[in-house]
Amino acid sequence: MEHIISVTVENKFGVLSRVAGLFSGRGFNIESLSVAPTLDPSMSQMTIVTSGDERIVEQIVKQLNKLIDVIKVVDLNESEFVSRETALIKVHTKAEDRAEALRIADIFRANVIDSTPSTYTIEVTGDPKKLEAIINLLQPLGIKELIRTGRVAIAREAIRPALSQPKKIARE
Amino acid sequence: MKLTGSEILIECLKAEGVKTIFALPGGVVLKIFDMLHQQKDIEVVLTRHEQGAGHMAEGYAKATGKAGVCLVTSGPGMTNVITALADAYMDSVPLVCISGQVSTSLIGNDAFQEADNIGLSRPCTKYNFLVKDVNDLATTIKEAFYIATTGRPGPVLVDIPKDVSMAKTEFTYPSSVSIRGYNPTYEGNKWQIKQAAEAIMKAKKPILYVGGGVVFSQASKELLELAEMTQIPVDMTLMGLGAFPGEHPLSLGMLGMHGTYSANMAVHYSDLVIAVGARFDDRVTGKVSEFCPFAKVIHIDIDPTSIRKNIHVDIPIVGDCKAVLRELNQILRATVNGNQKDLRKPWWDQLREWQQAHPLVYQQEPDGAIKPQHVVKRLYELTKDRDPIVATDVGQHQMWTAQYFKLARPNRWLTSGGLGTMGFGFPAAMGAQAAFRDRLVLCVAGDGSIQMNMQEMAAAVVSKLPVKIIILNNRFHGMVRQWQDLFYEGRYASSYLDTTPDFVKLAEAYGAVGLRASKVEDLDAVLKEAIATDKPVVVDVPTYPYENCYPMIPAGGCNHEMILEDPPELKRRMAGAPSTGSDEDKDTILTA
Repeated sequence: MEHIISVTVENKFGVLSRVAGLFSGRGFNIESLSVAPTLDPSMSQMTIVTSGDERIVEQIVKQLNKLIDVIKVVDLNESEFVSRETALIKVHTKAEDRAEALRIADIFRANVIDSTPSTYTIEVTGDPKKLEAIINLLQPLGIKELIRTGRVAIAREAIRPALSQPKKIARE
Repeated sequence: MKLTGSEILIECLKAEGVKTIFALPGGVVLKIFDMLHQQKDIEVVLTRHEQGAGHMAEGYAKATGKAGVCLVTSGPGMTNVITALADAYMDSVPLVCISGQVSTSLIGNDAFQEADNIGLSRPCTKYNFLVKDVNDLATTIKEAFYIATTGRPGPVLVDIPKDVSMAKTEFTYPSSVSIRGYNPTYEGNKWQIKQAAEAIMKAKKPILYVGGGVVFSQASKELLELAEMTQIPVDMTLMGLGAFPGEHPLSLGMLGMHGTYSANMAVHYSDLVIAVGARFDDRVTGKVSEFCPFAKVIHIDIDPTSIRKNIHVDIPIVGDCKAVLRELNQILRATVNGNQKDLRKPWWDQLREWQQAHPLVYQQEPDGAIKPQHVVKRLYELTKDRDPIVATDVGQHQMWTAQYFKLARPNRWLTSGGLGTMGFGFPAAMGAQAAFRDRLVLCVAGDGSIQMNMQEMAAAVVSKLPVKIIILNNRFHGMVRQWQDLFYEGRYASSYLDTTPDFVKLAEAYGAVGLRASKVEDLDAVLKEAIATDKPVVVDVPTYPYENCYPMIPAGGCNHEMILEDPPELKRRMAGAPSTGSDEDKDTILTA
């Protein structure tokens, strides 16, 4: 089963290779991995999409936690989460296809971010199904190049029980 | 006052209480060696190969319970020490390895003797550091010792570029460490411990399965109390030997591939396996799906990844063995009632029956070839009153030593378990001897494995480390030959070593003492002479070459299905009779 694991790590050199080395050394899958600094620049956030049965995912989470540069590990599948992925798609466009390419982009609320006489570069964001769908539609026109970011994901805020009042935030 | 990086390193080592380091110099660490040369607090044992330095630091660590330290140069120095790092990582040995690196300006330029030390050591260390700035050095060394010795111990590498070892800065040694991503759990979950206590009270056929974690957390006293209070039998892993007294009536000895019959039967038919500081290695479990099929499993371990890695665990307890056992004992002390001996009698009747049915056996003819087991047994009986430290290499001799040398206390057993590193024993013994100059340190080795780090004999002689090496010389890579006899129809591919070298002459060439026991009747006298000698000694004991190590669970087999003696087909082959090719014969040819 697919799991999305959110990993907070120290933002310093060599951390990515420790995480990647853990996956390759123990034969775990990485379907995608994205990483960037957090609000606190001393930390980075990784979103790792992986797959395996319950036992394997438990090991992945434990092994990640064991890495000294890993600060926090959350298996997002344990709660509700939202995830997004962006793709940049460079499409061949002959004169007669240009309008069709724009129509498809429009349907998926994608943006054309670059254009040349023979290509459009389309930016699309969504869940993997949406990305698959637009790629399938654009394929007959001729996709010259396709880049995907891999998924990023964030847990949905837990719905508070009615009795507990949210804390008031003091304002200056 | 400002100090150089090299001086800071030495001050840090002193602050950590390091008395001995194992080292071999080279270009980029010359400054550090120069500083070591000008001080008296830390002794430097000059090894002849960096692998030896690493294993010596491991032996030092296993015998003392403190971190062992080795120092190597860049490039080949680093690549040579990797085997020892990997060994320490598998067996959770606290180790701090200082490696030299080319100057920061040259890193990545394929400079002379440059290697990517961080990349090379990443999969075989608990953590590693590259110190790019001399101002970070003291904190890094503090963190290195902290990481190596806390939680599940392991090796830590600190890579120091040449310019950092020469640069100057103010020195202050930090008094505390805080690493936000590293907070090992020591106290076990109280509710889980209560569950464990209840399971123990309910169990009819419980068994303690204890490993190296008990040794490292110094929990032997607590383990003894638990076992005696509840009359639960104790199985030890290879790494756990010494954690519980080997001669204690509650001890069943070692379990696993070459464990005793009773230890393996006990774990197979048990209804409650209490694993303490052990990790369900495949050499213990055999076929995982049929390991302890009737038992609930309690697993106490400081490393959460060990729990449920290989087998299902019913009551996991993450914590330090000592802390958890203490808590568990406290609960049990209040609950244990009635005579536990009476309560456990049916279980113990069964265990004693197994022990009597298949004890460890070998046949020593008084005028025949010397049996390797006999050598270990005599060595044990002649030295047990002196509380020796025993190192081994890897192979048949290791298993026989594990079976017959019944250690009474922890930190006396130096062996390579997880990685199975031939060549480990002798340097490890030297490391222990360097820590305890007055103790008797023995190394039981094979004629194959001793040759893998024989060069350290020069260091043993020069540094006056009077280790006693007993070579069980069967002219074979014995364990390989055993597998070839059992699984490859006796084709000895690259396992026969012939009769060279002459180990007595070799020892003498190094300036050590060489002795040989060729007959059974000479054995005791030669061993006694070796023990009485105040120099490194090699005792060469030519043994019967075709002796096999039993019991044996073939790889991937079940724990209750042990081979207890040579199968009939092998016996016929050894007797020179041609195979009959009958179906009955085929059944006895095993598959690996």
